[in-house]
Amino acid sequence: MATMHLNRREFIKWTAASSVLASIGGCTQALVQSSGNQPRVVVIGGGYAGSAIAKYLRIWSNAGIETVVIEPNPYFVSCPLSNLVLGGSKQIEDLSFSYEALKRNHGIHWVKDTVVEVDATRKKVRTARGELRYDKLVLAPGIDFIYDDLPMLQSEEAQQQIPHAWKAGPQTVNLQQQLAAMPDGGVFVISIPKAPYRCPPGPYERVCQAAFYLKQHNPTARIIVLDANPDIVSKKGLFLKVWSEMYAGMVDYRPNSSIVDLDVAQRHVITEFERVSADVLNVIPPQRAGKVAQMLGVANVDQRWCEVDFRTYESTVLPDLHIVGDSVSAGLPKSAHMATSQARVCASAIVAAFSGIDPDPLPVFANTCYSFVSDSMAMHVAHVYRYDPAKKIMLPADGGGVSEAPSAQEGSYAYDWARNIWSDVLT
Amino acid sequence: MTKAYYTGLTGLLSLLLSTGVCADESYARLSIHTHVLASSCAACHGTNGNSVGGTPVLAGLNAEHFIRQMQAFKSGDRPSTVMHRHAKGLTQQEIVELADHFSRQQRHTAELPARAISDRP
Repeated sequence: MATMHLNRREFIKWTAASSVLASIGGCTQALVQSSGNQPRVVVIGGGYAGSAIAKYLRIWSNAGIETVVIEPNPYFVSCPLSNLVLGGSKQIEDLSFSYEALKRNHGIHWVKDTVVEVDATRKKVRTARGELRYDKLVLAPGIDFIYDDLPMLQSEEAQQQIPHAWKAGPQTVNLQQQLAAMPDGGVFVISIPKAPYRCPPGPYERVCQAAFYLKQHNPTARIIVLDANPDIVSKKGLFLKVWSEMYAGMVDYRPNSSIVDLDVAQRHVITEFERVSADVLNVIPPQRAGKVAQMLGVANVDQRWCEVDFRTYESTVLPDLHIVGDSVSAGLPKSAHMATSQARVCASAIVAAFSGIDPDPLPVFANTCYSFVSDSMAMHVAHVYRYDPAKKIMLPADGGGVSEAPSAQEGSYAYDWARNIWSDVLT
Repeated sequence: MTKAYYTGLTGLLSLLLSTGVCADESYARLSIHTHVLASSCAACHGTNGNSVGGTPVLAGLNAEHFIRQMQAFKSGDRPSTVMHRHAKGLTQQEIVELADHFSRQQRHTAELPARAISDRP
């Protein structure tokens, strides 16, 4: 990778920006003025994984590790619960949070910028505004969409017409508005990519939320689910039961249905078997590790996901570079809870490494994931995962599984889960 | 690797103090294993067990009570929607160490992040 030098102009801009950031964040250290001999960790990405690792690095090192987060978005938008925006029981504003408490409470340096280049040899990150050195780098970039087979969806205009709504924010609002404007008796078509993708039960939860909305506002509307997978990926029995009982006659599920071609303007989809016309079309594209992981060549599994050591989340490709969250090839559900669990194992391993001790050789963590089937009823999948030193992977422990049925009680717990994980990750 | 747990406060602390990074005191007291495992509970029970509500506050909870509840979840004596799944996945030693960890956490009012200022037109 080419090395980059900071020119004088960039340096001035950078230090000016740093002092502003430092005063906003209540920090005592300017970004580029390293605080004595403190090691510095730079975290790329401020989603669930990136925010969690920044917080726990600061807490567990007793503020002994200088922590910098680079995140282009001005605030956090939660993907969990974002399907409720489609169902009409939540607004996107209910799921959009400030980073201020996180920064202030833990003295985290925050750089609102996009990473342009990483020099892993010289341990430097370059953003649009300047350059930062690091001792250890953490990538938490989330997912990137693959448009190789769907080049017609690459443009922003095409994604306005046919939203993915798989990164919560304006895309979610767009899809909700299209659903609300759908003609009476219209057809909503959702395309699900082959696993692995972010949030395994998410697409099926989305079907429930669209059905919940349409049942009230457009009861003769239909939903066609074009699933590239041979079967429902997560909570299968529960979703099938909900569709047949709560939303009878509305949901038409079609497995093995990959999109071969599509007409953006007309919202026509062609699969290997058929041609389907939609009034509202939601294509969730296939996914891979976030762009910065690809840029660094650490997405070494099928050129899509990142291989790591599950005791440290260090890349198997580059040293002193850790990867957490949806970008990791873990064979585990790509969920928010999982992302934060990985982040904490990684934070602990980094603190241990700087302290000269070994990381936990046998990490164990939990994952709980709720899906809402209406505005108030939810169901879970939950497991404890344990590191298997022989297989070198995280394996589900005994006792895990799914709800017997969705319930209002679990709906209430699902909201509690959301409020607690937001508190944990963002304050 | 034969040693599963990093226990022993004195040894660990002296190691930490000899390096640039001085880890949080509670981090050193219990094994790293328990510390990280306990943090995984935060998604539902808040940071260090200080729940914002809805789920029980684990911070400062009596250790024996914690152990009894986890065993009841595990055996099914206490019905639950999801806790039996987590309890069954843990070893007895992990439950005992989690009880110790949470019993020593300071209780405080957990904070929720402020809503972001919307940029929606």
